[in-house]
Amino acid sequence: MASASDPGPVDLAELRAAQPRFSGLESGHGACQGCGQALAARLVLEAAGPDVIVANATGCLEIFTTPWPLSAWNVAWIHSLFENVAAVASGIEAALKIQGRNTKVLAFAGDGGTFDIGFQALSGMLERNHDVLFVCFDNEAYMNTGIQRSGSTPLGAWTTTSPAGKTRQGKRHLKKDLLTIIAAHGIPYAATASVAYPSDLRSKVRRALSTEGPSFLLLHSPCPLGWGHDSSLTIAVDRLAVESGLFPLLELARGQVIGRMAIRTVRPVREYAELQSRFGHLLADSPEAHEGLEHLQAIADANIERYGLLASGPEPRDSEGADTVRRGGTRWA
Amino acid sequence: MRDILEGSEAIARAVALCRPQVVAAYPITPQTHIVEGLARLIADGLLDAELVSVESEFSAASVVLGAASAGSRSYTASASQGILLMGEVLYNISGMRVPVVLTCANRAVSAPVSIWNDHQDSMAVRDSGWIQLYCADNQEAVDTTIQAFRISERVELPVMVCVDGFTLTHTLEPIDLPDQAQVDRFLPPFRFTRKLSSEHPFSAGTLVSPDFFTEMRYLQHAAFEQAAREILSADRDWSGIAGRSCGGLIAVEGDREAPTGILVMGSVFGTLLDAHRSGDLGRPVRLIRLRSFRPFPTEALRKATEGLAALVVLDRSLSPGSGGIVSHEVRSALYGLPSAPRILSVAGGLGGRDLRAESFRTMLEGLDHAGEWDLRFADLDPDRLPKADSAPESLADAAPKSTNPFPEKE
Repeated sequence: MASASDPGPVDLAELRAAQPRFSGLESGHGACQGCGQALAARLVLEAAGPDVIVANATGCLEIFTTPWPLSAWNVAWIHSLFENVAAVASGIEAALKIQGRNTKVLAFAGDGGTFDIGFQALSGMLERNHDVLFVCFDNEAYMNTGIQRSGSTPLGAWTTTSPAGKTRQGKRHLKKDLLTIIAAHGIPYAATASVAYPSDLRSKVRRALSTEGPSFLLLHSPCPLGWGHDSSLTIAVDRLAVESGLFPLLELARGQVIGRMAIRTVRPVREYAELQSRFGHLLADSPEAHEGLEHLQAIADANIERYGLLASGPEPRDSEGADTVRRGGTRWA
Repeated sequence: MRDILEGSEAIARAVALCRPQVVAAYPITPQTHIVEGLARLIADGLLDAELVSVESEFSAASVVLGAASAGSRSYTASASQGILLMGEVLYNISGMRVPVVLTCANRAVSAPVSIWNDHQDSMAVRDSGWIQLYCADNQEAVDTTIQAFRISERVELPVMVCVDGFTLTHTLEPIDLPDQAQVDRFLPPFRFTRKLSSEHPFSAGTLVSPDFFTEMRYLQHAAFEQAAREILSADRDWSGIAGRSCGGLIAVEGDREAPTGILVMGSVFGTLLDAHRSGDLGRPVRLIRLRSFRPFPTEALRKATEGLAALVVLDRSLSPGSGGIVSHEVRSALYGLPSAPRILSVAGGLGGRDLRAESFRTMLEGLDHAGEWDLRFADLDPDRLPKADSAPESLADAAPKSTNPFPEKE
């Protein structure tokens, strides 16, 4: 019997919701100051909740979180290799499925493990319709090995293997349009997100996890070391990536665009480039530099037109879901 | 009950009797029939398992790694190029101490491209930390497959069941397939101590600094000592149920007291046994069959070779620039024994070339004149070598050549 002073039986779901946000990635790990990837991973797990198994590709995120015998992960987590995370996640999902377990499976990889070396396994996972959320923490180069160009590195960006010099203006190839390739698999849900828009990011994670079948999140994650910006500017830099049109925030279902974050005030690519030394050579007063920057600007303009990103009115507040705490899975409610 | 079954079909049914929950494989000759057999069993509702038809062998190995880590008994199969493509994952599976079973339908490795049988593929990953068991016939392939799951799960090491491509996989033999109750009595349900679970989260596959790496490698190596005991006990216990033994770690047949021996792995043992029984070897010979290549049974080998004055070790693979791989290991295991036999290393049966009774007879003749470190290529035909660049005399067998199995076009 409940007395007057006894609040009675506890609603576990309510109690859980009243608690602080779930921290799947604990502090104390060895990421660099201002690491966009560490922030991004924490935000993804905040939205996903504890009832998950994470398969993590080789890369910074794996290295800085798990120096044996320590681990910064509060979730079930496995690292196998660089290029097989989608296949490992497929195996985990197949096992959970036949065991009748409802735990959500997440695959974490950098752009190397997604755009390049891990692409085949990813394509196979999507084609086979595994119920996995694949998150690509896109910092646009091989940062773990010390800033080498990847298929995701933007045109003109300096890396150690696409240096700017007398005859070259950084990377000579375009950033691979991975989202379109992913969308062409016809998967139920694919989206891009940015650490500068955490509420948008979280809601996309929740949407992905509530969708049956494979989903994909391309998560722009600045790397202060590799991009050459001040570590206090991670959010500002990534906001400019979105506001310039270089990294549009989109949602796609079965290959069709179903959502876009509108840009009210388009910022010139130059503003984005000015904060990062990787684009420093494009700011020089030379015909090659002008051409390089113009090319980048043209890419941003094309994105804005292609996805219809222009909108009028005041800048939207990134507040969706900011006042609620929801989590994937129910077992832990 | 004995049925006439193709080797691959028998292996697929043996796997199904072990109740795997996840099967992942990629087609490659001569393995393909095995996974096709499993796919049919699943399609017919005779096996309740997830079949993950992956886009590469690399992913096949990765899928079973993930699935076993998540708590499901998992199986894959491959051969040749597929085994090599899996290579990185094979090391990873063993290092992470994940129990899975893989059938290697042994095949040569390109180039030159060959779909036919030798042991180059499994030898290429001999140091990957997998238990390797070689099967003499399809009955053994069935029995070893069943034993492999128990061995793997008890010692938390992956097991590669090596069956000769075509010679076994595509050959129909009378096979006694055990019934489900027999297998259930032998093999308990899958239980992995480090199963991934959101209720008991932990991190698997973490970064290990030099402070711990040596210790982890030591533990991996030490597990193989336990594996040797488990291989023996699995074979003993299974023979108690099925009435058949596969020969433990190493089996000796023929003239057990003879001072001359031949050591082989895999299905060529059948040819050797036939040659012995029909007197084609021309002398009393102790026939030694190495079943467990990893763990390498040094003590058992020493016992099996006791009293031998001379031993032919047949390698169905080659480490170019060095020689026969198994023979090096046998030499190493017997090194320092006061009465160690003289060893002739023979590379033979490469890329599917048949070894016949007279091949063994020639090896034995070669043994009489061989130096301590000789390497011979069985049935090497100097006529098929470029004239200007013919093989050194010492590499070729001295005996006359038999008919050409691959006659050149006129």
